[in-house]
Amino acid sequence: MSKSRSLPRGVAIVGAGMSKFGAFPEKNSRDLFVEAFKSMSSSVDKGYDPGVIQALYVGNFSSDQFEHQAHIAPLMADAVGLTPIPATRVEDACASGGVALRQGVMAIASGLADVVLVGGTEKMTALSTAAVTDALATAADVSFEISAGFTFPGFYAAIASAYMQRYGMLPEHLMNVAIKNHDNAALNPNAQFGVTIQKWMEGRIAAALKKGKPAPNWANIWDFLHDNSGNPMIAWPLRLFDCSPVSDGAAVVLLVADELAREFSDHPIHIIGTGQASDSALHGRLDLTSLFAAKKASADAYAMAGVTPRDIRIAEVHDCFTIAEVIATEDLGFFTPGEGYKAAEDGLTARVGSKPINTSGGLKAKGHPVGASGVAQAVEVWKQMRGEAGERQVPGDVPLALTHNVGATGSTCVVHVYERKS
Amino acid sequence: MTETTIRPFSAASFEQYISEHKLMAARCTLCGASYIPPRAICPKCHSEQLEWIETSGKGLLQAFTMIYTGPTFMVEQGFDRAHPYISGIVMLEEGAAISARITGVDALKPDLNLIGTPLGVDFIEFGEAGKSKTYLAFKIL
Repeated sequence: MSKSRSLPRGVAIVGAGMSKFGAFPEKNSRDLFVEAFKSMSSSVDKGYDPGVIQALYVGNFSSDQFEHQAHIAPLMADAVGLTPIPATRVEDACASGGVALRQGVMAIASGLADVVLVGGTEKMTALSTAAVTDALATAADVSFEISAGFTFPGFYAAIASAYMQRYGMLPEHLMNVAIKNHDNAALNPNAQFGVTIQKWMEGRIAAALKKGKPAPNWANIWDFLHDNSGNPMIAWPLRLFDCSPVSDGAAVVLLVADELAREFSDHPIHIIGTGQASDSALHGRLDLTSLFAAKKASADAYAMAGVTPRDIRIAEVHDCFTIAEVIATEDLGFFTPGEGYKAAEDGLTARVGSKPINTSGGLKAKGHPVGASGVAQAVEVWKQMRGEAGERQVPGDVPLALTHNVGATGSTCVVHVYERKS
Repeated sequence: MTETTIRPFSAASFEQYISEHKLMAARCTLCGASYIPPRAICPKCHSEQLEWIETSGKGLLQAFTMIYTGPTFMVEQGFDRAHPYISGIVMLEEGAAISARITGVDALKPDLNLIGTPLGVDFIEFGEAGKSKTYLAFKIL
C-alpha cells in the first residue's frame, strides 16, 4: 500500500449544476453540457466571470460509439466560450466523471491552475438497446470476458450469486435498494424516473385498463417486483428494477483553490480527500463479493481527509445495479461485509436513516448517463451539504460526505471526501 | 508439451489454442505463479520469462448467472428470453480463474449450490464447418 498523501493545496467546489437526466432526442452531449454549465453558473453565490476558468476536464465514456463524435473536450470548451483553455476528455468507463473530478483536484492542488471546470456528459439514447448493450460491453475485458457471453447485468449478477451464496441474501433483499432509490428520485426534479415504484406500478395498471385490457394482478409493489411482466429477469438474479437505465445527461462543477473560494461563495464545499485504484477483469479478483479497487480508493481518500467511515453523513455510491450499492456500503466501511443488504432492509440507508445513501435517487432512478454520473454525484452532495436539496434534503447538518464512482465491474474506482467548513 | 517457437503471450495466441481445444495458461518461470488469461509480464515479480502450460481443464464454479438478454452474437446462437444461457467464473486447479459459458445445467433453474461444483473444460463450436468459432465452456463433471 502506498503511504498516505495530503493535498498540497486545498480545493473547493463553488458551483454545481446538472441537466435533467432522461431521454432527449433533440439534444446531444454538447447541448446537455451547455445546460449543465448554465445550471452551474447560476448556482455560484456571488456570481463569477467564466473568463477566470483555466482548464476543463470532461468525463465521457464513449461519445465515439454513441454519437460518432470523438475528441469532445475542445468542443465542450468552445460551446461555453472557453477556448483556448486546455481541454481534456477523461475516460475510465462509468468512473469517467469521478476521475475527471480527480484530475481537476490534482490540477489545482499541484498549483498548475487556480480555477478549473469539471464536467461529465453522455448521450446514449440515440442507439438501439442492442447497440447500447454492445457499446457498454467494450468497458469490460473484451478479449477474455465477452466471449463467455457476459453482459454488464450478467457480471453484477454473477457477483450477486457469490454474495448470496456466502451471506444468505435473497434476490428479494435487493428490491429494498430499488424501492429506496425510487423514493428518493421522486423528490428529485432532475431524475429520469422521478416516481416511486408504487406510482410506477399504478401507472402500469391504469395504462392496461385504458387499453381495455384486464388489470395486472399486483396487490402491492412486492407482487409487481416479483412478476415477470412488471419486472422481467435480465440476468438472474437481477431484474429490470435492479438495473440502472440508459440515459442522456450532463453535470458540471466549478473548482477553485481554497484561498480563492470566498470570492465566489461564503459556503464552498471543500474536497479534502481523493483516492483512485484499478483492478483486473472480474475473473481476476480474489474476492467476488467486494470491489477491491473501492476498498483501496476509499482507504486512500479517508487517509488523505483524516476521517473514518463513521464520520461520513451521506454518500452517493455507484449503484449501476442494486447489488453494487449493497457491496459499496460494505467496501466503504459503512457496514461490515454481509450486513449491507440488511442495512438497506432496515431503512438505515434511507433519506431519513442513519446513513443516507443515494439521496439523489442513485444511478437506478436518477439515471446513468455514463460519463456524467461521477460529476452528478458531486452535485448532489454539494446541494445536500448546503441545505439546498429541497424535498429530498436529509435532516440536520451534513458536515462530511463521500462520493464513490466505479468503472465497469470495479476495474476503476474513484472516491472523494467532501467537507463543509462554513 | 514442446514447441520449437513459443507463441507470444497474447489474446490471439490464447484464442488460437482455444480453437485447438486447449485451455492454456502462462506460468512465470521465476516465481512459479500461473495466469489465465495469459500474460507477458508476471504481475507478482515482474519477470518477462513466462512459459505456456496446458491446464488440466478442471476447476470449481465461483459465480454464475443466467442471461436473458444477451449480446448480438449470443442471439445469433439461438439464445433469447425463452432460452437463457449461463455465463460463469471458474477457478481452475492451477490457481487462476477464467470467464466462460457453463453447460450441462438447466439455465431456467438457478441453484446457488452450483457454486463450488467441480467442472471440466468443454469447447463449443458455432458456425459453418471449417469457419466455426470456438467458445470456451465448462460442464458439470
